[in-house]
Amino acid sequence: MEPVVNIEGLHHAFGKGSLAKPVLIDINLAIQPGEIVILTGPSGSGKTTLLSLMGGLRSAQQGSLRILGQELTGAGKKQLVELRSRIGYIFQAHNLLDCLTAQENVRMALRLQPGLSYDDRTTAATAMLDAVGLGHRVNYRPDNLSGGQKQRVAIARALVTQPKLILADEPTAALDSQSGREVVQLMQRLAQEQNCTILLVTHDNRILDIAHRIIHMEDGRLVRTESPTAAVV
Amino acid sequence: MVFGKLPLPRREKPLAWSQLSHQRMRLLVALSGISFANILIFMQLGFRSAMFSGTTNVPASLDGDVFLINKTSQFLGNETFDKSQLYRAAAVPGVATARPFYYSPASWVNPDNRKTTNITVIAINPAQPVMAVPAINDQLALVEQTDRMLFDVKSLPSLGAITQAFTAGQDTPIEVQGRKMRVNGTFALGSNIFKRGHIVISDVNYLRLFGATQANQLHAGVLKLEPGANIQTVMAELERTLPEEISALSHTELIELEQNYWAKEPAGIIFDFGTIMGFVVGVVIVYQVLYSDVNDHLSEYATLKAIGYSDGQLLLVVFQEATILAVLGFMPGILCSLGLYSVLSNLTGVAVLMRLGVGLQVFSMTLVMGVLSAAIAVRKLRSADPADVF
Repeated sequence: MEPVVNIEGLHHAFGKGSLAKPVLIDINLAIQPGEIVILTGPSGSGKTTLLSLMGGLRSAQQGSLRILGQELTGAGKKQLVELRSRIGYIFQAHNLLDCLTAQENVRMALRLQPGLSYDDRTTAATAMLDAVGLGHRVNYRPDNLSGGQKQRVAIARALVTQPKLILADEPTAALDSQSGREVVQLMQRLAQEQNCTILLVTHDNRILDIAHRIIHMEDGRLVRTESPTAAVV
Repeated sequence: MVFGKLPLPRREKPLAWSQLSHQRMRLLVALSGISFANILIFMQLGFRSAMFSGTTNVPASLDGDVFLINKTSQFLGNETFDKSQLYRAAAVPGVATARPFYYSPASWVNPDNRKTTNITVIAINPAQPVMAVPAINDQLALVEQTDRMLFDVKSLPSLGAITQAFTAGQDTPIEVQGRKMRVNGTFALGSNIFKRGHIVISDVNYLRLFGATQANQLHAGVLKLEPGANIQTVMAELERTLPEEISALSHTELIELEQNYWAKEPAGIIFDFGTIMGFVVGVVIVYQVLYSDVNDHLSEYATLKAIGYSDGQLLLVVFQEATILAVLGFMPGILCSLGLYSVLSNLTGVAVLMRLGVGLQVFSMTLVMGVLSAAIAVRKLRSADPADVF
């Protein structure tokens, strides 16, 4: 089986010419289907950059970056747009649309799926919000939801299209320990049900135990891989 | 596209509308900005149209096919020609009737405050009506009496409270060109910025006011053609028969003569300038409103881009937003302008009309400007990687 994520010799730099500052240096990484991987490391180590490259939110410059079978180095705009719709991306600051209700926010992801009727979208969005425990909040706007609830709506939006890969950028950063824990367990449970792969960038030591693998990053390099038990100790 | 290709698109609420209606206060500010821009443009256009439509009021309401005027006349009433030429014109084959028309300023003493000002006199032969104004034609018998006149109710108030006095039944004499005249009836024609008002009198009373020499000089001859007569042939024949100092104009040419003259006057140029300024300022306001609105939602667009929306789909959302703002802002804009037009009309006695064509022009311009500024505002989104916008 082909890995969901397959990175070989990936380099990335910000700035141009002599001002170029390398942020990712010789990254090699393969993630198998169904795996939950945590990427951790000090701020400025390049975690978020790597994640945004994998999500097609930035153009890859050098090396090979294959996501869900699509090579992203040298990929055109169209391929990037198409890839983004197949990935569930969870942002650090939930990034919900303030003007839309929870259900409408989730629908936004469904609108991109061809062949779904309006009613199909309603059914799917409601079911997904139910699954994240917000069945009673479908018509609430983000302003009227707590931080944890907002992040759960964001998870619903990312998972409702049943993507094979979830990329999450510090999803617990703005949450207290209990809701952070709940959010991550929710992701874990839903991912198992849908058999999808999760790559989670985090600083949060409290959630490391949900991962199959923990990868440490420093100064733009992957420095070591651990199993969760070793990290928690 | 976002809302077009998917099934049952009508039932999905447009994202642009959700965004706009979410912040009511903001929407209100944006709409008032666009309305204001529209009002600004409409007012300038209104001033301009008032100036030009008012000037052609009298020539446009003349009822004839061909008009004789002095060749050096730059506008109606400017120069005269000898009355005897009218009889020669009447003899030209194809001419059915040739009637006299006098159009001259006269001094006028405001009966309320005894201040001397001036008014414009329209003098016609009551047996030979030349105006397509029913109110005038129905009251021609009234002007036949000595020193009697019809008064234009749309004349400026500075001439005195003439209409009010007339409807109240008062029969105060008014000094016109040194003679005491009385109002025998009213009509509605409307003045323009260069004329305070009009009265209609008979040619005989005109003679009494201005003397025989002037009564022998016409400002225009109003010709009607026989049915089936070719206007070009008759006009050519008139030019050939009549002395060189007289030219024959069609109705359109007569109106154009008037328009061209006033457009070249300093006031005409100033109004044109004002219209251009109104457009420029209006366009800048529309641009500002839309640009800031789109800019505020940029991070939301970036989020949508990150979950798989294409640039084209987002552009469509922004265009929808621009269209909604343009449509919603235009409605109060045109309503306020209509109100202001009627206030202006009442204050000046000058007809300020909203023309459908002008309204549509301003609307489409608002729309085009809105869409253009929206496109400029999202350019940042199109060029950048979504990750750079968060």
